[in-house]
This record gives sequence, structure tokens and C-alpha cells, in this order.
Amino acid sequence: MSEFVRNQWYVAAYGREIGRELFSRTVCGESILFWRTEAGAVAAMSDRCVHRRFPLSQAPSHLAGDTVVCGYHGFTYDQGGACVAVPGQTRIPRTARLTSYPVTELDGFVWVFIGDRANAGSTRVPRAPWLDMPGWTAVSGMEPLAARYSLLVDNLLDLSHETYLHGGYIGTPEVAETPIVTRVDEEAGIVHVSRRMADAACPPFYAKSTGITGRITRWQDIEFTPPCLYLLHSRIAPVGVLPGADGADPDAFHVEVVYALTPETEHSTHDFWAVARDFALDDQGVSGFLEENNRTVVLQDVAALNVLERVIAAEPDGYQELSINIDTGGLAARRLIAKLR
Amino acid sequence: MTGRKVLQVDWVPGSDQLRGRCHCGAESVADDPVAMWKWLLDHPNHWPDHQNHPSFVRREAP
Ligand code: FES
Ligand SMILES: [Fe+2]
Ligand SMILES: [Zn+2]
Repeated sequence: MSEFVRNQWYVAAYGREIGRELFSRTVCGESILFWRTEAGAVAAMSDRCVHRRFPLSQAPSHLAGDTVVCGYHGFTYDQGGACVAVPGQTRIPRTARLTSYPVTELDGFVWVFIGDRANAGSTRVPRAPWLDMPGWTAVSGMEPLAARYSLLVDNLLDLSHETYLHGGYIGTPEVAETPIVTRVDEEAGIVHVSRRMADAACPPFYAKSTGITGRITRWQDIEFTPPCLYLLHSRIAPVGVLPGADGADPDAFHVEVVYALTPETEHSTHDFWAVARDFALDDQGVSGFLEENNRTVVLQDVAALNVLERVIAAEPDGYQELSINIDTGGLAARRLIAKLR
Repeated sequence: MTGRKVLQVDWVPGSDQLRGRCHCGAESVADDPVAMWKWLLDHPNHWPDHQNHPSFVRREAP
């Protein structure tokens, strides 16, 4: 049985990736063709021609106005995936239609609905507003991960690994040492994992971006909306500086770290990442630093998970694991994902 | 607390223990998260008379 959670929205791309060039990405095992109409809307349809299955993203396939022309024998499709022309004859077979996908463009992401399209309208699209919001500056990227989706869920729900895998970047001893609080909102289907460090070393990622030189109060509040969207609400302040009673928090630095976890195949994942901040908004140096540094951190995870995937794939199903306190959130996420299946 | 169905697990600071609280108000402690979630998800049968269990703490209704 497929491991994919269907009837859900997934991030397929950044809006900036989709233009007047044919673009292909596989989501939950489905090869999807994306392009932008002349009016600017994103169209999404199967990337396999109904005639002989030539990939429509493959040259010499091309866009002609708001149609796609297959590069093999010229079947032509409109933005809804309907075939509007075939070579040499006027009759178009009734079944000549590409599967099309519901698409939503939100917060800089292109979301695609995988499953029965009748369910798309009633299924929540989770938000990451900081990626495209006044008062915030964001950097972002995507790294291909040659590991199954569930390994990335485990990785992101347990940040104690920062201490070991990302030492010298975002990890300090306090991350692994600090107890977590895990909350599951059963109705919303959201896992929260919060780790609040009252007095911690400031890792280079935050020292260089904020300019704080001493120790910090560091809050990491995870909010995971399965299957796809993971938010890390990160608050950094000089040690002892807390928000006011009214919620105002002018002396802290806020960073929203966003991940979209999109299964590509059963054994590979699109690892979308973004870092939004509410300080140094116009400072290109800070943007460049955070982009480069976060990408490095993501690639450290990618390297580790790629190795782990190879090990696990070679083992029989039902391999042994041992969970300890740090895994409380990861186990909660696994259960919510299983409920969605 | 809101009236939402929220399950919470606190890693008790200074200890290795986890304390779980069901949305019904029942609480229990466990030494590892697998046992903790097993207990929480057993609602409403936390155990036959969980309200008499020594670790049960009655919460005021939200
Ligand atoms: S495969 Fe596309 S037209 Fe023949
Ligand atoms: Fe990591
Ligand atoms: Zn209960």
C-alpha cells in the first residue's frame, strides 16, 4: 500500500519557479506539469501526454499561448488539461484529457491538491504568512532529499539533534539539555513542541544575524500541521528579556523558520525551507548570511538522512527503534499523520 | 486552557519523567514517550478507575 497521505494540499514549488517555461515536479509519485497562463494563473496537469506518454515538460514540447503542445506528435492541451488539437484529423477522442490538479498560490508557495479533487475545497491550506508580509524579510530554497518523508518529519520534530548535527551553526548544548513541552490539538490536527531556553549560548546563526554578543533567552516553538507544513517560531533576546504583559516584544528578534515537507516518491522528498525575520529587513548582508547558513544546515540534515534512508531501506520492515523523551513530539506527529491516511 | 481537545506532555524539568494531561483532566506520569502516548490515547479508559489512581489530579472544567 502507498505510504502517501492523499486528499491533502502539498507545496509543489515556489511561485517564482513557475513561469512561461514548462516546469515539472513529482509530488506523491505523480509527475505534474506546471506553467503560468498569459493571465498569470498557475496551471497544473499530468506531465504525461495521453497519446504515447511523452513528458510534456520535455523539449521540444512547448507553450503556445495558453496551450501546451506535445513535442512528440503535437497533441495540444489547454490550461484545464483538455486536448484541443491532434495532428492530421479534426475529431479529438473524448478521453483525450490530462488529469489536472487544483492549485493555490499562497505565501509565495504553489500548493497542489493530491487526491480526489472534489475534496480540495474543503481541505485546509495551512499558512506561512511571514514569507510574503510587510515588516518581514525572507530567504528560501529547496533541497532534494533522497530519503523518505517520515525521516524528515522525525528530524524536524526533534530539534535536540541541532546540538550534535548542527554544532557551530544553530546547535548549542542547551538545545539537547532543555526539556520540551508537547501539545497535540486533536481537533485542529496540529502538534506543538516547545523548548524554552532561559539562558543559552548564542549560536553563530543568531549571533551574526542579530548582533547579540552575550547569552540569550531562546525560544523554539514548533507548530507542525501534517502532512506538509512545519513552522518553527524562534524568539531570540538578550538573556532575561521577555515579552511585555501586553504581548509587545520590541526587544526580541523573531525568526520564522518554515519547512514544507513534500513527498516526491516513497523514498525521496522535496525539502523546502525558508527563514523570515523581523529585523535588519533591508540588510543584504544579513539575508545572504541567513540564506547561506540555513542552506548549509539543511544540507547537513540531507546528508544524514540520505545515509539513514539507505540503511533503513536495506533492513526488513518493522526495524527496531528506541524512543526517549526527546521523541515525544515526533511520536505525536507520526500518529496524526497515520490518522490522515 | 481552552475547551479544545488538547493533549499535553510535559517533560518534568530536572527529572527524566514525562507528565501527561488528557483533555478530560486526567494526569499521569511515565518514563518514556511511547508509554505516555499509550496512556493518553487510552481515553476514556485511562484505567478502570483512573480517578482513583494516585497520579490522577482533577482539573476544573474549562
Ligand atoms: S506522445 Fe504526445 S503527441 Fe504523441
Ligand atoms: Fe536539522
Ligand atoms: Zn481522558
